[in-house]
Amino acid sequence: MEGFLSDFLRLLGAFSQSLIIFSFTLVIAIPLGVIICSGSMSKVKVLRAIVRGFIAIIRGTPLMLQLILVCYGPSMIFSGFSWRVALGQFEYWRIVIAIMTFGVNYACYFSEIFRGGILSIPQGQTEAGKVLGFTKTQIFFKVTLLQVINRIVPPMSNEIITLVKDTSLAQIIMVAELTYTTNEMSRTSGGSLWPLLAAGAFYFCFNAIVTVILSKLEKKLSYIKA
Amino acid sequence: MAYFEIKDFRKSFGNTEVLRGIDFSMEKGEVVSIIGSSGSGKTTLLRCINLIEQADVGTMTLGGEMLFDGKQGKQKEKDLRYKRMQLGLVFQSFNLFPQYTVLKNVMLAPMLHNKEIAKSKQELRMLNEKSEADARELIEQIGLTEKIDFYPSQLSGGQQQRVAIARALAINPGVLCFDEPTSALDPELTREVLKVILDLKRRGRTMIVVTHEMEFARKVSSKVIFMANGVIEEEGHPEELFENPKSPILKNFLLSSKEGFDGEVDLSK
Repeated sequence: MEGFLSDFLRLLGAFSQSLIIFSFTLVIAIPLGVIICSGSMSKVKVLRAIVRGFIAIIRGTPLMLQLILVCYGPSMIFSGFSWRVALGQFEYWRIVIAIMTFGVNYACYFSEIFRGGILSIPQGQTEAGKVLGFTKTQIFFKVTLLQVINRIVPPMSNEIITLVKDTSLAQIIMVAELTYTTNEMSRTSGGSLWPLLAAGAFYFCFNAIVTVILSKLEKKLSYIKA
Repeated sequence: MAYFEIKDFRKSFGNTEVLRGIDFSMEKGEVVSIIGSSGSGKTTLLRCINLIEQADVGTMTLGGEMLFDGKQGKQKEKDLRYKRMQLGLVFQSFNLFPQYTVLKNVMLAPMLHNKEIAKSKQELRMLNEKSEADARELIEQIGLTEKIDFYPSQLSGGQQQRVAIARALAINPGVLCFDEPTSALDPELTREVLKVILDLKRRGRTMIVVTHEMEFARKVSSKVIFMANGVIEEEGHPEELFENPKSPILKNFLLSSKEGFDGEVDLSK
C-alpha cells in the first residue's frame, strides 16, 4: 500500500510538470500568436514575408526536432554555451526550454487560426462601422473582435487538446513529464503495464475537463450568428 | 446653393472608369431615387458619397460645408470619420452587428461618440441616458419595440433592415442613403421596409435611394436619376421620367424591367 502511495505521488508530480508546460505554453502562445498574426497581416511587405516564412518553417518541421535543436543547438554552435548557466542554474531549466519552444510553435499555429478568423468576418461589418464614424480601433474592438473569438473557439479547442498530448514530447529533452516518468516506472518495475495506463487516464481526464470548459465557452458565444 | 451637392464625381478602379463625371444636387427633405442596371455605377456612387471609397475627382458639399474635395488628394481615415457621420448608409445586406441586441446596435455609435466628447463621468452618464432614450424612440418608430432585446439572428430580414435604418438614423445624418435596401428581401418583407422609408419621407428626412423597385421610386421620390455606364443618362420628375423617357437606353431599361421574365427561356429543358 505504501508502494502504491509513493507511486501515485510520483505520478502526480510528473503530471504537474505536464500541466506546467501546458499552461505556460498557452499563456505565452496566445499573446505571441496575436503579435505574429498582426505581423503576417501587416501592410509592410518585407515584415509580412519574414513572418510568413517563419510560420512556414515552424509549421513545416516536427516539434520534437525543434525541441532538440533549441536545447542542444546553441552549445553546438557556441562551444561553452550552457542553457543551465544561461538560465542562472535554475533547477528546472529543461522545462523552461520546453515552454519557450512550445510557446513559439503553438503561437505560429494560433496566429494562423487568428488570421483565418479575422479574414472570415464579412467586409460589410467593417464598412458598417466606418459609415457610423468608428475609428479603426473601435471597429476592431467593438465590431470585429468578439465575432473573431466566436469563430476561432472550435479550431482553438482542437489545438489546445492537441497541446495536452504534445506535452509528452518534452521527454526528448529529458523533462520528467508524465509520459517520460510513467515509462520509467514501467521499465524499473520490470515491465508493469499500469503506470502507462494510469498516464493514459490522466491525459484523458484532463482533456475531458478542457473539452467541457471549451464547449461551455462555445455555447456561451452561440448567440452570435452572422 | 443646394443643400446637398455633388460635382463631377469620377472614380476608376484600375483601368475601369466606374464613375465618369456625376453631378447632382438636392434640397433638404427631398428624396432622390437612383435607378439603372447593375454595373452602371450606382453602388460605387453611394460608396463615394459615404466616403467608404474616395472619388478621384469631384467635390461634395452638405449644408454649405465641403465634405469632400478631390483636389486635396486622398484623405486620412482620421479626417474622414466626422465627415462620414454626416452621411448615413443602409446596406443591401443589413450588416447589423450580430453580437449586439437591437438596442445596442442602434445606440452603439452615439455611445462611442459620447465617450469622446464627455468631460466627466457624470456628463457621460447623462449623454448615454439621452442616447438610450433616443435609440428607444427610433426603435419605436420602426415598430420593433417588442424586439428591442433580441439579437439580429432572431429577426426576419425585413426586421433586420428596419433596425439597420434605425442604427443609421441614430447618428442623425444630413443625408441618409440606401443601397438597394430591399434586394435581399421577400416581397412581403420588402413592403415593411418601404413603409419605413415612406414614413421617413413624411418626417422630412433627406434621402438617396438606390433601388430596383420602380413603383416605389415613382411613389417616394421627387426626382429620379437614371444611371448608365458611369454617367447620369437621364434625370427628372418621376412621372415625367417613367411616362416619357427620352434616352433610348432608359426606354430599353424601363421596358425590360416591366417585362421582367419574358418567357423566352424554356424552363422545362
